Amino acid sequence: MEAAMDNIAIVGVAQTKYERRKRDKTYYDLVYEMTRAVLDDSGLTLEDIDNVVTVSNDFLDGRTISSMAVGEAAGAHDKNISTVEGDGAFGAFYGAMRVLGGFKTTLVVAHSKGSEGDLKHVTNGMFDPVYQRLLGLEAISSSAIQANVYMDRYGISEEAFALVSVKNHGNAMNNPYAQMPMSLSVEDVMKSRRIADPIKLLDCSPVSDGAAAVIIANEKYARKAKTKPVWIRGIAHCAEEYFIGDRDLAVPKSLRNASKRAYTMAGITDPFNSFDVVELYDAFSYMEPLWLEGLGFCDPGQGPKLLENGITLMSGKLPVNPSGGLLSGHALLVAGLARIVESTLQLRGEAGARQVEGAKTALAHGINGPCGQSHCVWVLSAEE
Amino acid sequence: MDQSVDVRERIMTTSLDTVEALTLKGQIAMPYTWWVGEVGSRFLIALRDDAKILGNSCSQCGKVYVPPRMNCGDCFSDITQWVELSNEGFVIAHTIVRFSYPLHPAAPPFAYAIIKLDGADVGFAHIIKDDLGKLRNNVRVRARFKDKAHRTGHILDIESFQII
Amino acid sequence: MARSVAIVGVGQTDHKSHRPDVNGREMIYEAVKKALDDCELSIKQIDAVVIGNMDHFESINYVDTWSVEGSGAFMKPIMKITTGGTTGASVAIAAYYHVASGLFDKVLAIGWEKNSESDTTGAIITCSDPIWDRFSYSGAIPSLATEASAYMKQYGATQADAARVAVRDRNHALNNPHAHLRTPITVEDVMASPMLAYPIKLLDVCPRSDGAVAAIFAGDGVAQKITSKPAWVEACSVRHTYTWFGDVDYNEGLVSLQRASREAYEIVGIKSPADELDVAELYLPYSYAGLKWIEDLGFCVPGEGPKFIHDGHTDMGGKIPVNPSGGVISTNCIGATALLRVAEAAIQVMGKAGQRQVPDVRRALATGFGGCFWSDVLILGAKRP
Repeated sequence: MEAAMDNIAIVGVAQTKYERRKRDKTYYDLVYEMTRAVLDDSGLTLEDIDNVVTVSNDFLDGRTISSMAVGEAAGAHDKNISTVEGDGAFGAFYGAMRVLGGFKTTLVVAHSKGSEGDLKHVTNGMFDPVYQRLLGLEAISSSAIQANVYMDRYGISEEAFALVSVKNHGNAMNNPYAQMPMSLSVEDVMKSRRIADPIKLLDCSPVSDGAAAVIIANEKYARKAKTKPVWIRGIAHCAEEYFIGDRDLAVPKSLRNASKRAYTMAGITDPFNSFDVVELYDAFSYMEPLWLEGLGFCDPGQGPKLLENGITLMSGKLPVNPSGGLLSGHALLVAGLARIVESTLQLRGEAGARQVEGAKTALAHGINGPCGQSHCVWVLSAEE
Repeated sequence: MDQSVDVRERIMTTSLDTVEALTLKGQIAMPYTWWVGEVGSRFLIALRDDAKILGNSCSQCGKVYVPPRMNCGDCFSDITQWVELSNEGFVIAHTIVRFSYPLHPAAPPFAYAIIKLDGADVGFAHIIKDDLGKLRNNVRVRARFKDKAHRTGHILDIESFQII
Repeated sequence: MARSVAIVGVGQTDHKSHRPDVNGREMIYEAVKKALDDCELSIKQIDAVVIGNMDHFESINYVDTWSVEGSGAFMKPIMKITTGGTTGASVAIAAYYHVASGLFDKVLAIGWEKNSESDTTGAIITCSDPIWDRFSYSGAIPSLATEASAYMKQYGATQADAARVAVRDRNHALNNPHAHLRTPITVEDVMASPMLAYPIKLLDVCPRSDGAVAAIFAGDGVAQKITSKPAWVEACSVRHTYTWFGDVDYNEGLVSLQRASREAYEIVGIKSPADELDVAELYLPYSYAGLKWIEDLGFCVPGEGPKFIHDGHTDMGGKIPVNPSGGVISTNCIGATALLRVAEAAIQVMGKAGQRQVPDVRRALATGFGGCFWSDVLILGAKRP
């Protein structure tokens, strides 16, 4: 496998405000809006974009060939185009490979309108039709099972997870795009409605409508864009077993594998001291500490300590989810791409009130499949 | 910039303030018939006809899977050895579900559990409905089957697992 | 600079109307094993997996993560690509970019479908916009029938002209042990078959099949160690144009195919495709496509399609044999179908096509079709670009 990667960068980003329901916009409208916005952000024109990757999901959109709906809106008329069905971080991964493989620039755009469908049915559809779907498993109850294993294995309390909700909803107060900025206490979270033990309402991300886009460019086009390029230093993804009973849900081994490979590409050997900011996929509060362990920021079981010791607070050594994360706004499929957008803004110094001062190296993360079966890790750098 | 695009944008942004945002309700109802396959069929038939739970084991790594598989995902080789598993095991993970959803097999509260059946190397996902107050990880459980007349070759031929 | 990429191994199931003996994952496993055997690799040597199908045919969400046990993606990167009927070609192109990027050396591309598990037309109808198109759109056949009618009117082509295409593809399938439909038909059979939507009759149109195909892509330096005759990807081009069915101008021809093929030919330097290509595996879901889309591909001028077919240029032994595999009219496991075109073209270049081998293939064309009149074009060659 090749070690050195050509220089490629993110030169344009855009995201919508995440909202419970965008009554006045179809997803076609959202994609068009994001395509225009990301072009404006980058200073490039439609002519500079020579290929497009859209990200959509047929179940979410209620139509097969969901990509058909948005090709034109994504500026793909008379261009090469493809579609990844999965989290936007994976879509952007493909977009990056297409630039490394010869295209000058790739525009990647993801959309989702959770308000237009029933997310429980959509996520129930991830489960095996013969052995699991008829049990009624979906994203929330399966995630609750994972939280249960994780807590039990290491003796973690529900309060430790509640702290994550408090932090992230609080961080969201600085993020104009967030759906749910809230000033919460641990008690608020602990008293919120029990959904599936140990997950309570305020441990869950909301259902959101939203879209996001990025433009990835080769070195020449990175110079042409008007933004400060954010260089893609390392990218990797990995999937573990499918049946949740086959897995050790407390040990995110596919994330360990993906992060190690991304770090190797980026020349990073000590992740804890190499990153200035992390945007990870906190679909539920327990996921933040669990993924931090998988990312190698601490030993197994020590994830909650990172927050307890103040390290992952805005004021800490390694702020995690300054944007407020998914807990504050979760458009399925868009969310991983939004982590890349947020990380890019951080490294450009354009993150406004949620800026981590002097951020030079960021980690963005997305997941696919039940209970984080597959993880995609991005290492981004402000320096060449 | 293209003039016609400009005009369209102006129309879109101003008129939506005064235009009613309509919605159209729809549902896709489509029938599916999933082929269970030979391996899966043998498992479901054993549930239906014999109230027995079958697994199978990989000849390379020895891992015993339930439900049984055609191949081992780790070794990527065919599995041919069948194993009759116990109807008993212990809970390795669980959650007590407190919300209602049409696809749930029971009314809340009920639990999902991952159960390590005696003889298996992986967990088996199913439900626990009774004695939720006693539900902890590591408790022993036993499968309670529906009576023969109601078993059809379905994962819920096992009505639920009972804490023993 | 992107590195050169070749297909080094291919495997496919024997396609059938139903495969009750396997579930989807298991069917995929079959094809993957065959592809690995074909180039004597183990799954451990595969660096990444790309998979595609059309979701609503099996109603499985996140097929990539669902498939892991059968696709061999355990502890590897896997992603799902889906673009309707063109899915298989999009998957091939994605595998190409995985390797061309330099990030992966050996990548497994999988296309599959278990069409027997659902109502095919019911599923396809959901591709149309729910507000504007769905109530009047009745599936794949009527829009193709519209295209065929327009073509017949424009150039005077007849139903018998189209029937000749179906007869060719179905007869070619007799040489392909994997094809779904393997009984010969005649023009009379086609003309006598039930009319579905004028002018398309039952035997003008593809079946629906359960099947899977896997192809292994490898990079320059690696491919040559795996096989002595890699099928190098010389060009790939995609145009997915229209979004609403009313936007299609049926008198223009298949615009997406014109554009995609033009781009591919330019990359490779082809000026006269029918002369410079040795074989073509074309995604022809119905017979009339075989008349008009070869014009869009530049094999002959507009209106001359029927004569080109009639003169035998696309038969085995002709100037440019089309669909030695039997094509889509003989086998259609939708998510696999476009990848089958690529795989069959690769088999031709690699010289492994057995009874369906066209002699001395130096360059092969593969196309994908689907969605809303979309086209994908790949050119494979014996010489590394």
